[in-house]
Amino acid sequence: MEVSGYPRPDGSVGFRNHVAVLSSVGCANDITLRLGRMHPNVLTLTQREGCAQLGEDKEQTTRTLVGLGRNPNLAAVLVVGLGCESITSDYLANEIARSGKPVEHLIALEEGGLKPSLAKGTRILDRMIREASRIQRVPCGLEHLTLGIKCGLTDTTSGLSANPATGLAADRLIDAGGRVIFGETPEVIGAEHILARRAASPEVKDKLFRLIAQCEERVRATGTDIRGANPSPGNIAGGISSIEEKSLGAIKKGGSRTLQGVLAYGQIPNGQGLFFMDGPGRTPEALTGLCACGAQVLIFPTGKGSPGGAPLAPVIKVTGNPRTAEFLADHIDLDVSGIIKGGASLEESGERIFQELLAVASGKATKAEALGLGGISIWTIGSPM
Amino acid sequence: MKNAIIVDEKDNVATALDDLEPGDVVRAGFGDKAVEIRMKGEVKYGHKFALSRLAKGEHVIKYGETIGQMDADVDRGEHVHVHNMLGLRATGEP
Repeated sequence: MEVSGYPRPDGSVGFRNHVAVLSSVGCANDITLRLGRMHPNVLTLTQREGCAQLGEDKEQTTRTLVGLGRNPNLAAVLVVGLGCESITSDYLANEIARSGKPVEHLIALEEGGLKPSLAKGTRILDRMIREASRIQRVPCGLEHLTLGIKCGLTDTTSGLSANPATGLAADRLIDAGGRVIFGETPEVIGAEHILARRAASPEVKDKLFRLIAQCEERVRATGTDIRGANPSPGNIAGGISSIEEKSLGAIKKGGSRTLQGVLAYGQIPNGQGLFFMDGPGRTPEALTGLCACGAQVLIFPTGKGSPGGAPLAPVIKVTGNPRTAEFLADHIDLDVSGIIKGGASLEESGERIFQELLAVASGKATKAEALGLGGISIWTIGSPM
Repeated sequence: MKNAIIVDEKDNVATALDDLEPGDVVRAGFGDKAVEIRMKGEVKYGHKFALSRLAKGEHVIKYGETIGQMDADVDRGEHVHVHNMLGLRATGEP
Protein backbone atom coordinates (compact mmCIF):
# COMPACT_ATOMS: atom_id res chain seq x y z
CA MET A 1 0.00 0.00 0.00
CA GLU A 2 1.39 3.34 -1.06
CA VAL A 3 0.49 6.99 -0.95
CA SER A 4 2.41 9.92 -2.37
CA GLY A 5 3.89 12.89 -0.63
CA TYR A 6 6.58 15.54 -0.57
CA PRO A 7 9.94 14.32 0.79
CA ARG A 8 11.46 16.53 3.51
CA PRO A 9 15.16 16.90 4.41
CA ASP A 10 14.78 14.99 7.72
CA GLY A 11 13.34 11.91 5.97
CA SER A 12 9.74 12.73 6.86
CA VAL A 13 7.05 13.21 4.21
CA GLY A 14 4.57 16.03 3.82
CA PHE A 15 1.16 15.22 2.39
CA ARG A 16 0.65 18.88 1.64
CA ASN A 17 3.29 21.33 0.47
CA HIS A 18 2.50 24.58 2.23
CA VAL A 19 4.73 27.58 2.74
CA ALA A 20 3.62 29.16 6.01
CA VAL A 21 3.95 32.51 7.70
CA LEU A 22 3.64 32.02 11.47
CA SER A 23 3.30 34.59 14.26
CA SER A 24 5.57 33.93 17.23
CA VAL A 25 3.29 36.19 19.28
CA GLY A 26 -0.22 37.59 19.03
CA CYS A 27 1.13 41.12 18.63
CA ALA A 28 2.71 40.12 15.29
CA ASN A 29 -0.60 38.97 13.80
CA ASP A 30 -1.23 42.16 11.82
CA ILE A 31 2.05 41.73 9.97
CA THR A 32 1.43 38.02 9.43
CA LEU A 33 -2.06 38.70 8.08
CA ARG A 34 -0.81 41.34 5.65
CA LEU A 35 1.96 39.08 4.40
CA GLY A 36 -0.68 36.40 3.90
CA ARG A 37 -2.79 38.81 1.83
CA MET A 38 0.22 39.65 -0.32
CA HIS A 39 0.78 35.92 -0.95
CA PRO A 40 -2.62 34.24 -1.20
CA ASN A 41 -1.11 30.76 -1.59
CA VAL A 42 0.79 31.01 1.65
CA LEU A 43 -0.73 29.47 4.75
CA THR A 44 -1.33 32.33 7.18
CA LEU A 45 -0.87 31.09 10.75
CA THR A 46 -1.84 33.71 13.28
CA GLN A 47 -2.17 32.85 16.97
CA ARG A 48 -2.75 34.83 20.15
CA GLU A 49 -0.15 33.46 22.60
CA GLY A 50 3.64 33.77 22.87
CA CYS A 51 4.15 36.41 25.55
CA ALA A 52 3.64 37.03 29.28
CA GLN A 53 3.28 33.29 29.89
CA LEU A 54 4.92 31.40 32.73
CA GLY A 55 6.19 27.91 33.51
CA GLU A 56 4.33 24.97 32.02
CA ASP A 57 2.01 27.29 30.15
CA LYS A 58 4.91 28.90 28.31
CA GLU A 59 6.53 25.52 27.71
CA GLN A 60 3.32 24.16 26.23
CA THR A 61 2.86 27.10 23.86
CA THR A 62 6.51 26.86 22.79
CA ARG A 63 6.26 23.10 22.21
CA THR A 64 3.08 23.60 20.19
CA LEU A 65 4.50 26.37 17.96
CA VAL A 66 7.69 24.36 17.30
CA GLY A 67 5.64 21.24 16.55
CA LEU A 68 3.39 23.12 14.14
CA GLY A 69 6.44 24.56 12.37
CA ARG A 70 8.05 21.13 12.11
CA ASN A 71 4.93 19.45 10.73
CA PRO A 72 6.03 17.83 7.45
CA ASN A 73 3.06 19.41 5.62
CA LEU A 74 5.01 22.69 5.79
CA ALA A 75 7.73 22.97 3.14
CA ALA A 76 9.10 26.22 4.54
CA VAL A 77 8.24 28.62 7.34
CA LEU A 78 8.66 32.35 7.92
CA VAL A 79 8.29 33.18 11.62
CA VAL A 80 7.20 36.75 12.37
CA GLY A 81 8.03 38.19 15.77
CA LEU A 82 7.68 41.58 17.36
CA GLY A 83 10.97 41.59 19.26
CA CYS A 84 9.77 42.02 22.84
CA GLU A 85 7.94 38.70 23.34
CA SER A 86 9.08 35.85 25.58
CA ILE A 87 8.81 33.10 22.95
CA THR A 88 11.05 34.75 20.39
CA SER A 89 10.90 34.31 16.64
CA ASP A 90 14.61 33.43 16.42
CA TYR A 91 14.22 30.69 19.05
CA LEU A 92 11.22 29.23 17.21
CA ALA A 93 12.95 29.50 13.83
CA ASN A 94 16.04 27.68 15.17
CA GLU A 95 13.97 24.91 16.72
CA ILE A 96 11.86 24.45 13.59
CA ALA A 97 14.98 24.50 11.40
CA ARG A 98 16.27 21.37 13.18
CA SER A 99 13.92 19.53 10.81
CA GLY A 100 16.17 20.72 7.96
CA LYS A 101 13.45 22.65 6.13
CA PRO A 102 14.00 26.28 5.07
CA VAL A 103 13.04 28.53 8.00
CA GLU A 104 13.57 32.28 8.37
CA HIS A 105 12.34 34.86 10.81
CA LEU A 106 11.94 38.59 11.03
CA ILE A 107 11.65 40.86 14.05
CA ALA A 108 9.36 43.81 13.41
CA LEU A 109 10.91 46.10 16.02
CA GLU A 110 14.37 45.54 14.51
CA GLU A 111 13.18 46.07 10.93
CA GLY A 112 11.55 49.43 11.71
CA GLY A 113 7.90 48.45 12.10
CA LEU A 114 5.23 47.34 9.69
CA LYS A 115 6.32 48.54 6.24
CA PRO A 116 9.97 47.38 6.31
CA SER A 117 8.79 44.07 7.83
CA LEU A 118 6.38 43.58 4.94
CA ALA A 119 9.13 44.42 2.43
CA LYS A 120 11.50 41.89 3.97
CA GLY A 121 8.82 39.27 4.56
CA THR A 122 7.54 39.36 1.03
CA ARG A 123 11.05 38.88 -0.37
CA ILE A 124 11.52 35.82 1.86
CA LEU A 125 8.11 34.35 0.99
CA ASP A 126 8.66 34.90 -2.76
CA ARG A 127 11.79 32.80 -2.55
CA MET A 128 10.23 30.12 -0.33
CA ILE A 129 7.19 29.74 -2.61
CA ARG A 130 9.34 29.31 -5.72
CA GLU A 131 11.62 26.80 -3.99
CA ALA A 132 8.73 24.78 -2.53
CA SER A 133 7.01 24.64 -5.92
CA ARG A 134 9.87 22.53 -7.26
CA ILE A 135 9.30 19.71 -4.74
CA GLN A 136 7.41 16.86 -6.43
CA ARG A 137 5.20 14.20 -4.89
CA VAL A 138 6.84 10.78 -4.78
CA PRO A 139 5.36 7.39 -3.78
CA CYS A 140 5.95 6.45 -0.14
CA GLY A 141 4.86 3.86 2.38
CA LEU A 142 2.29 4.37 5.13
CA GLU A 143 5.00 4.39 7.80
CA HIS A 144 5.39 8.09 6.88
CA LEU A 145 1.76 8.90 7.66
CA THR A 146 0.65 10.19 11.06
CA LEU A 147 -3.13 10.32 11.34
CA GLY A 148 -4.75 12.55 13.95
CA ILE A 149 -8.27 11.68 15.10
CA LYS A 150 -10.66 13.97 16.92
CA CYS A 151 -14.41 13.61 17.22
CA GLY A 152 -16.63 16.66 17.37
CA LEU A 153 -20.22 17.69 17.93
CA THR A 154 -20.92 14.21 19.13
CA ASP A 155 -24.41 12.83 19.25
CA THR A 156 -25.51 9.31 20.06
CA THR A 157 -24.83 8.16 16.47
CA SER A 158 -21.11 8.94 16.97
CA GLY A 159 -20.34 6.09 19.36
CA LEU A 160 -22.41 3.66 17.29
CA SER A 161 -21.17 4.44 13.79
CA ALA A 162 -18.70 7.20 12.81
CA ASN A 163 -16.35 6.63 15.79
CA PRO A 164 -16.04 2.83 15.58
CA ALA A 165 -15.75 2.97 11.76
CA THR A 166 -12.95 5.55 12.12
CA GLY A 167 -11.38 3.21 14.69
CA LEU A 168 -11.29 0.42 12.09
CA ALA A 169 -9.51 2.76 9.64
CA ALA A 170 -7.04 3.62 12.44
CA ASP A 171 -6.38 -0.10 13.01
CA ARG A 172 -5.74 -0.56 9.26
CA LEU A 173 -3.21 2.26 9.21
CA ILE A 174 -1.39 0.94 12.27
CA ASP A 175 -1.28 -2.57 10.79
CA ALA A 176 0.27 -1.04 7.65
CA GLY A 177 3.03 0.56 9.73
CA GLY A 178 1.53 4.01 10.28
CA ARG A 179 0.98 6.10 13.36
CA VAL A 180 -2.28 7.27 14.91
CA ILE A 181 -2.75 9.95 17.57
CA PHE A 182 -6.03 10.67 19.29
CA GLY A 183 -6.82 12.64 22.40
CA GLU A 184 -9.40 14.70 24.32
CA THR A 185 -8.65 13.81 27.94
CA PRO A 186 -12.08 14.77 29.38
CA GLU A 187 -13.64 12.38 26.88
CA VAL A 188 -11.92 9.40 28.42
CA ILE A 189 -13.49 9.99 31.86
CA GLY A 190 -15.61 6.94 32.57
CA ALA A 191 -13.95 4.85 29.85
CA GLU A 192 -10.31 4.93 31.01
CA HIS A 193 -10.49 1.35 32.35
CA ILE A 194 -11.24 0.11 28.82
CA LEU A 195 -8.45 2.11 27.16
CA ALA A 196 -5.99 1.16 29.91
CA ARG A 197 -6.39 -2.55 29.13
CA ARG A 198 -4.59 -1.85 25.84
CA ALA A 199 -1.63 0.03 27.36
CA ALA A 200 1.75 -1.24 26.15
CA SER A 201 3.24 -1.03 29.68
CA PRO A 202 2.31 -0.23 33.28
CA GLU A 203 3.97 3.18 32.76
CA VAL A 204 1.65 4.02 29.88
CA LYS A 205 -1.35 2.90 31.94
CA ASP A 206 -0.27 4.97 34.96
CA LYS A 207 0.29 8.03 32.80
CA LEU A 208 -3.19 7.70 31.31
CA PHE A 209 -4.82 7.36 34.75
CA ARG A 210 -2.78 10.35 35.99
CA LEU A 211 -4.03 12.55 33.15
CA ILE A 212 -7.64 11.59 33.86
CA ALA A 213 -7.18 12.28 37.58
CA GLN A 214 -5.66 15.71 36.83
CA CYS A 215 -8.50 16.51 34.48
CA GLU A 216 -11.13 15.55 37.07
CA GLU A 217 -9.23 17.62 39.65
CA ARG A 218 -9.45 20.67 37.37
CA VAL A 219 -13.21 20.18 37.19
CA ARG A 220 -13.44 19.70 40.97
CA ALA A 221 -11.49 22.94 41.53
CA THR A 222 -14.25 24.85 39.74
CA GLY A 223 -16.90 23.30 42.00
CA THR A 224 -19.19 22.78 39.01
CA ASP A 225 -20.40 19.74 37.10
CA ILE A 226 -18.57 19.06 33.82
CA ARG A 227 -21.96 18.40 32.24
CA GLY A 228 -22.96 21.44 30.20
CA ALA A 229 -19.33 22.15 29.26
CA ASN A 230 -18.65 18.57 28.22
CA PRO A 231 -21.01 17.10 27.13
CA SER A 232 -21.76 20.46 25.53
CA PRO A 233 -25.29 21.80 25.03
CA GLY A 234 -25.03 20.52 21.44
CA ASN A 235 -24.06 17.02 22.61
CA ILE A 236 -26.95 17.03 25.11
CA ALA A 237 -29.38 18.10 22.37
CA GLY A 238 -28.03 15.12 20.42
CA GLY A 239 -28.97 12.74 23.23
CA ILE A 240 -25.72 12.44 25.21
CA SER A 241 -26.58 12.47 28.93
CA SER A 242 -23.22 12.32 30.74
CA ILE A 243 -19.47 12.53 30.22
CA GLU A 244 -19.30 8.75 30.78
CA GLU A 245 -21.69 8.11 27.90
CA LYS A 246 -19.77 10.47 25.66
CA SER A 247 -16.42 8.89 26.60
CA LEU A 248 -17.53 5.30 26.02
CA GLY A 249 -18.42 6.29 22.46
CA ALA A 250 -15.46 8.65 21.99
CA ILE A 251 -12.69 6.13 22.73
CA LYS A 252 -13.92 3.95 19.87
CA LYS A 253 -12.39 6.40 17.38
CA GLY A 254 -8.91 5.26 18.48
CA GLY A 255 -9.56 1.70 17.29
CA SER A 256 -8.40 -1.40 19.10
CA ARG A 257 -4.62 -1.58 18.82
CA THR A 258 -2.05 -1.40 21.65
CA LEU A 259 -1.64 2.05 23.19
CA GLN A 260 2.09 2.71 22.74
CA GLY A 261 2.37 5.99 24.56
CA VAL A 262 0.73 8.99 26.20
CA LEU A 263 1.89 12.38 24.90
CA ALA A 264 1.82 15.88 26.30
CA TYR A 265 -0.22 18.32 24.23
CA GLY A 266 1.67 18.99 20.99
CA GLN A 267 4.48 16.51 21.77
CA ILE A 268 5.96 14.75 18.74
CA PRO A 269 5.92 10.98 19.42
CA ASN A 270 8.70 8.46 18.86
CA GLY A 271 7.83 5.16 17.24
CA GLN A 272 4.86 3.82 15.33
CA GLY A 273 1.44 2.67 16.43
CA LEU A 274 -1.24 4.27 18.57
CA PHE A 275 -0.69 7.28 20.87
CA PHE A 276 -2.94 9.32 23.17
CA MET A 277 -2.40 13.10 23.42
CA ASP A 278 -3.41 15.06 26.53
CA GLY A 279 -5.68 18.02 25.86
CA PRO A 280 -9.19 19.38 25.86
CA GLY A 281 -12.04 18.20 23.68
CA ARG A 282 -12.69 21.68 22.31
CA THR A 283 -12.20 21.42 18.56
CA PRO A 284 -9.73 24.20 17.61
CA GLU A 285 -7.35 23.34 20.47
CA ALA A 286 -7.61 19.59 19.86
CA LEU A 287 -6.90 19.89 16.13
CA THR A 288 -4.04 22.34 16.72
CA GLY A 289 -2.45 19.94 19.23
CA LEU A 290 -2.68 16.99 16.85
CA CYS A 291 -1.05 19.03 14.06
CA ALA A 292 1.74 20.03 16.49
CA CYS A 293 2.28 16.30 17.24
CA GLY A 294 3.00 15.88 13.52
CA ALA A 295 -0.33 14.65 12.16
CA GLN A 296 -0.39 15.31 8.40
CA VAL A 297 -4.00 14.17 7.90
CA LEU A 298 -6.91 14.31 10.34
CA ILE A 299 -10.16 12.38 10.58
CA PHE A 300 -13.06 14.06 12.34
CA PRO A 301 -16.01 11.79 13.08
CA THR A 302 -19.05 13.89 13.95
CA GLY A 303 -22.67 13.43 14.93
CA LYS A 304 -24.50 16.68 14.47
CA GLY A 305 -21.77 18.01 12.17
CA SER A 306 -19.25 20.72 12.59
CA PRO A 307 -17.82 23.20 10.12
CA GLY A 308 -14.21 24.19 10.62
CA GLY A 309 -10.84 22.82 9.67
CA ALA A 310 -7.35 22.42 11.06
CA PRO A 311 -4.39 24.78 10.78
CA LEU A 312 -2.19 22.88 8.33
CA ALA A 313 -3.65 19.47 7.61
CA PRO A 314 -6.65 18.22 5.67
CA VAL A 315 -9.60 17.15 7.83
CA ILE A 316 -11.86 14.32 6.68
CA LYS A 317 -15.33 14.78 8.20
CA VAL A 318 -17.27 11.57 8.72
CA THR A 319 -20.82 11.29 10.03
CA GLY A 320 -23.09 8.39 10.86
CA ASN A 321 -26.12 10.66 11.27
CA PRO A 322 -28.13 10.63 8.01
CA ARG A 323 -29.71 14.02 8.79
CA THR A 324 -26.29 15.63 9.24
CA ALA A 325 -24.98 14.02 6.05
CA GLU A 326 -27.81 15.66 4.13
CA PHE A 327 -28.14 18.97 5.98
CA LEU A 328 -24.41 19.73 6.24
CA ALA A 329 -23.39 18.20 2.91
CA ASP A 330 -21.04 21.16 2.30
CA HIS A 331 -18.94 20.02 5.26
CA ILE A 332 -19.24 16.23 5.36
CA ASP A 333 -16.76 14.19 3.34
CA LEU A 334 -18.09 10.73 4.14
CA ASP A 335 -21.58 9.55 5.03
CA VAL A 336 -21.48 6.28 6.97
CA SER A 337 -25.11 6.44 8.13
CA GLY A 338 -25.70 3.06 6.48
CA ILE A 339 -24.18 1.50 9.62
CA ILE A 340 -27.27 2.40 11.66
CA LYS A 341 -29.88 2.68 8.86
CA GLY A 342 -28.75 -0.59 7.31
CA GLY A 343 -27.10 -0.98 3.94
CA ALA A 344 -23.45 -0.78 4.98
CA SER A 345 -21.58 -2.77 7.61
CA LEU A 346 -19.18 -1.22 10.09
CA GLU A 347 -16.33 -3.06 8.33
CA GLU A 348 -17.28 -1.73 4.87
CA SER A 349 -17.56 1.79 6.27
CA GLY A 350 -14.18 1.52 7.99
CA GLU A 351 -12.65 0.44 4.68
CA ARG A 352 -14.26 3.42 2.90
CA ILE A 353 -12.75 5.77 5.49
CA PHE A 354 -9.34 4.14 5.11
CA GLN A 355 -9.46 4.46 1.30
CA GLU A 356 -10.49 8.12 1.65
CA LEU A 357 -7.55 8.64 4.02
CA LEU A 358 -5.15 7.28 1.36
CA ALA A 359 -6.73 9.44 -1.35
CA VAL A 360 -6.59 12.59 0.80
CA ALA A 361 -3.00 11.89 1.84
CA SER A 362 -2.10 11.65 -1.84
CA GLY A 363 -3.66 15.00 -2.63
CA LYS A 364 -7.47 14.83 -2.80
CA ALA A 365 -8.86 18.01 -1.24
CA THR A 366 -11.28 17.62 1.65
CA LYS A 367 -14.33 19.87 1.95
CA ALA A 368 -12.77 21.92 4.76
CA GLU A 369 -9.69 22.41 2.58
CA ALA A 370 -11.74 23.45 -0.44
CA LEU A 371 -13.42 26.07 1.77
CA GLY A 372 -10.10 27.20 3.24
CA LEU A 373 -11.18 26.55 6.83
CA GLY A 374 -8.87 26.27 9.83
CA GLY A 375 -6.64 28.20 12.19
CA ILE A 376 -4.42 27.86 15.24
CA SER A 377 -5.83 27.82 18.74
CA ILE A 378 -3.34 26.72 21.40
CA TRP A 379 -4.44 25.08 24.66
CA THR A 380 -3.23 27.46 27.37
CA ILE A 381 -2.93 26.18 30.93
CA GLY A 382 -2.17 29.44 32.72
CA SER A 383 -3.30 33.01 32.82
CA PRO A 384 -1.22 35.63 30.95
CA MET A 385 0.64 37.97 33.28
CA MET B 1 -42.47 -0.05 12.81
CA LYS B 2 -40.17 2.50 14.41
CA ASN B 3 -36.73 1.40 15.58
CA ALA B 4 -34.26 1.69 18.41
CA ILE B 5 -30.91 0.07 19.10
CA ILE B 6 -29.53 -1.69 22.17
CA VAL B 7 -25.71 -1.56 22.15
CA ASP B 8 -24.89 -4.30 24.69
CA GLU B 9 -26.97 -7.07 26.23
CA LYS B 10 -26.31 -5.68 29.73
CA ASP B 11 -27.87 -2.31 28.78
CA ASN B 12 -31.03 -1.04 30.49
CA VAL B 13 -31.58 1.77 27.97
CA ALA B 14 -32.02 1.79 24.18
CA THR B 15 -31.25 4.58 21.69
CA ALA B 16 -34.05 5.81 19.40
CA LEU B 17 -33.42 5.60 15.66
CA ASP B 18 -36.64 7.47 14.86
CA ASP B 19 -38.53 10.28 16.56
CA LEU B 20 -40.76 8.39 18.99
CA GLU B 21 -44.16 9.44 20.34
CA PRO B 22 -46.07 8.13 23.37
CA GLY B 23 -48.03 5.05 22.34
CA ASP B 24 -45.64 4.08 19.54
CA VAL B 25 -44.62 0.43 19.57
CA VAL B 26 -40.88 0.35 18.95
CA ARG B 27 -38.61 -2.47 17.90
CA ALA B 28 -35.44 -2.22 20.01
CA GLY B 29 -32.84 -4.41 18.38
CA PHE B 30 -29.67 -5.98 19.71
CA GLY B 31 -27.92 -7.84 16.89
CA ASP B 32 -30.41 -10.41 15.59
CA LYS B 33 -32.59 -10.19 18.69
CA ALA B 34 -35.22 -7.55 19.41
CA VAL B 35 -37.81 -6.56 21.97
CA GLU B 36 -40.97 -4.56 21.38
CA ILE B 37 -41.66 -1.67 23.69
CA ARG B 38 -44.65 0.65 23.94
CA MET B 39 -43.40 4.20 24.43
CA LYS B 40 -44.56 6.19 27.45
CA GLY B 41 -42.85 9.45 26.56
CA GLU B 42 -41.64 11.44 23.59
CA VAL B 43 -38.08 10.47 22.66
CA LYS B 44 -36.23 12.22 19.82
CA TYR B 45 -33.85 10.53 17.38
CA GLY B 46 -30.62 9.60 19.17
CA HIS B 47 -32.09 9.97 22.66
CA LYS B 48 -32.47 7.12 25.15
CA PHE B 49 -35.39 5.40 26.84
CA ALA B 50 -35.67 2.83 29.62
CA LEU B 51 -35.94 -0.83 28.69
CA SER B 52 -37.36 -1.64 32.11
CA ARG B 53 -38.61 0.29 35.12
CA LEU B 54 -35.60 2.15 36.60
CA ALA B 55 -35.67 3.39 40.19
CA LYS B 56 -33.98 6.51 41.53
CA GLY B 57 -30.36 5.62 42.41
CA GLU B 58 -30.15 2.78 39.89
CA HIS B 59 -27.21 2.81 37.48
CA VAL B 60 -27.93 3.52 33.83
CA ILE B 61 -26.11 0.99 31.61
CA LYS B 62 -25.16 1.58 27.96
CA TYR B 63 -22.28 -0.01 26.03
CA GLY B 64 -22.44 -2.55 28.89
CA GLU B 65 -20.96 0.13 31.19
CA THR B 66 -22.28 2.61 33.74
CA ILE B 67 -23.06 5.99 32.15
CA GLY B 68 -24.72 7.50 35.22
CA GLN B 69 -27.39 7.10 37.86
CA MET B 70 -31.14 7.72 37.86
CA ASP B 71 -32.23 10.81 39.78
CA ALA B 72 -35.92 9.88 39.51
CA ASP B 73 -38.01 6.77 38.88
CA VAL B 74 -38.93 6.07 35.26
CA ASP B 75 -41.12 3.46 33.61
CA ARG B 76 -40.23 1.24 30.70
CA GLY B 77 -40.52 3.34 27.53
CA GLU B 78 -39.80 6.68 29.20
CA HIS B 79 -37.13 9.17 28.11
CA VAL B 80 -33.85 8.92 30.08
CA HIS B 81 -31.72 12.05 29.80
CA VAL B 82 -30.24 14.96 31.75
CA HIS B 83 -33.62 15.82 33.34
CA ASN B 84 -33.78 12.53 35.25
CA MET B 85 -30.27 11.04 35.26
CA LEU B 86 -26.95 12.23 36.67
CA GLY B 87 -23.39 11.58 35.59
CA LEU B 88 -21.24 10.09 38.36
CA ARG B 89 -17.88 11.49 37.20
CA ALA B 90 -16.43 15.01 37.18
CA THR B 91 -19.52 16.37 38.89
CA GLY B 92 -17.62 19.04 40.80
CA GLU B 93 -18.34 17.32 44.11
CA PRO B 94 -15.36 17.01 46.49
